[in-house]
Amino acid sequence: MAIVEVQNLNLAYGDFPALKNVNVHMEKNTITALIGPSGCGKSTFLRALNRMNDLIEGVKTTGNILIDKEDILDAKTDLVSLRKKVGMVFQRPNPFPLTIMENILFAPKIHQTAQKAEYAVIVEECLRAVLLWDVLKDKLHKNALQLSLEQQQRLCIARLLAVKPEILLMDEPCSALDPIATERIEELMWMLKANYTIVIVTHNMQQAARVSEHTGFMLLGELIEFGRTKDIFTYPQDQRTNDYITGRFG
Amino acid sequence: MIRETFKHNPYRTEKIAHALLFSATVLVVLPVIFILWVIIQKGWSALSWEFLTAMPRNGMREGGIFPAIVGTVYLVVGTLIFSLPLGVFAAIYLTEYAKDNMLTRLVKLAIINLAGVPSVVYGLFGLGIFVMFLKFGSSILAGSLTLAIMVLPIIITTTREALDSVPQSFREVSLSLGVSKWQTIRYAVLPHALPGILTGVILAVSRAAGETAPILFTVAAFYLPHLPESIFDQAMALPYHLYVMSTQVPNVEVSVRYGTALVLLIMVLSMNILAMVVRARFRKRKKW
Repeated sequence: MAIVEVQNLNLAYGDFPALKNVNVHMEKNTITALIGPSGCGKSTFLRALNRMNDLIEGVKTTGNILIDKEDILDAKTDLVSLRKKVGMVFQRPNPFPLTIMENILFAPKIHQTAQKAEYAVIVEECLRAVLLWDVLKDKLHKNALQLSLEQQQRLCIARLLAVKPEILLMDEPCSALDPIATERIEELMWMLKANYTIVIVTHNMQQAARVSEHTGFMLLGELIEFGRTKDIFTYPQDQRTNDYITGRFG
Repeated sequence: MIRETFKHNPYRTEKIAHALLFSATVLVVLPVIFILWVIIQKGWSALSWEFLTAMPRNGMREGGIFPAIVGTVYLVVGTLIFSLPLGVFAAIYLTEYAKDNMLTRLVKLAIINLAGVPSVVYGLFGLGIFVMFLKFGSSILAGSLTLAIMVLPIIITTTREALDSVPQSFREVSLSLGVSKWQTIRYAVLPHALPGILTGVILAVSRAAGETAPILFTVAAFYLPHLPESIFDQAMALPYHLYVMSTQVPNVEVSVRYGTALVLLIMVLSMNILAMVVRARFRKRKKW
């Protein structure tokens, strides 16, 4: 069942068209990767899925984005509940300069989705889900900025899981990490796939090949090709996809 | 020829530049030290428990300056009651909500320029609006409102700077977690801007405590035999009391005048130092 269905999506920053007629659908509990050179619109596409582009003035979006069959581009969409459902992990690990515990409880406290008695359980669950519990269980009151970058990024994912999203958008989540940390985050993504639908934007083609089941190649705002990752990387149908994945440009 | 070599001798120009810049710095520091020294030397002998806690006697030539200290404290508190919420809310609106268009830029420019208006103009404005038009009379209320308008630009500007210094990513993350805009400001931005805002508040307080012109027509009493009883009463205040004793009352002992100045200076300076300490601690804690 398609959880995300994008139809004829066009997006412009003022006069500059950043996305041109993008059509794509994503299945529940899959990992979809978007690749393409810088400025091809893959991050813009990702941020369209939780309407983060709304923060930029002068953005115009047309088309439909159906998430669980509801058009989130509708003017009446409640952004608060949309973003609870569609969470985001950013390029640079960006924990708040608070303790580990406060970071994870940031959203549940504001949303008032948890009682005080449940706080400890939530923290443990979320940290376990990102494989940080064993390392950090005695340091929950340590400032999050003292963690390694990889741990910070895991913590950011844990902070997001505390909101109980269904879809995780990851915007180059490993670009600030070293190769070993990257590999470990990729393993984490495979684990998370069981419960979440993941869309990842990446600069790194090997990463797309390793972690995703479906891959989309974007160029100058267009989705050139979309299909099973295996197919895209072995038998690309479009010459431009072929040129990109064989390293002829980008 | 000689001039050319002189100009191009890097060792010599270095020495001259160093000497010039150093002496400029010394010349800047000297007056500050001199002011402090003169005031402390001439005013120290007047300081006593009685000076701080007694009413003035004998045409203010003797006794204490208690009512002036109390009046200044009242005025500072009153100023903050009006200016703090207004200034902080306006700064939040300008930083977080207002679109970056012509009107917003004009408003920001106006606020910056408001800081440059001479304080006596505020005094005259306060006289016209609060004392006469709104019929508050010469009162703590009118004086506080006038001072509040004077310190608003300070509070707005420092609050805006404090908000701007909170990384944009805090807002993005918070919003992406389904937190509404106001909640984001309340929980992800304001806590991290608070020390910066506090600095602005302290600077505003020291400004309000020290200014004479704005209170001249709006609240300050020449001499009151009792403390003010309501916000519609006049009050004595340290800067004005100092002015009165220096120019209006004959035969006041030098030490009384300088003692008053010293008390005012200590109040204002200690608040400024507090502002610096808060800011320094904030910088140390800030790690992003």
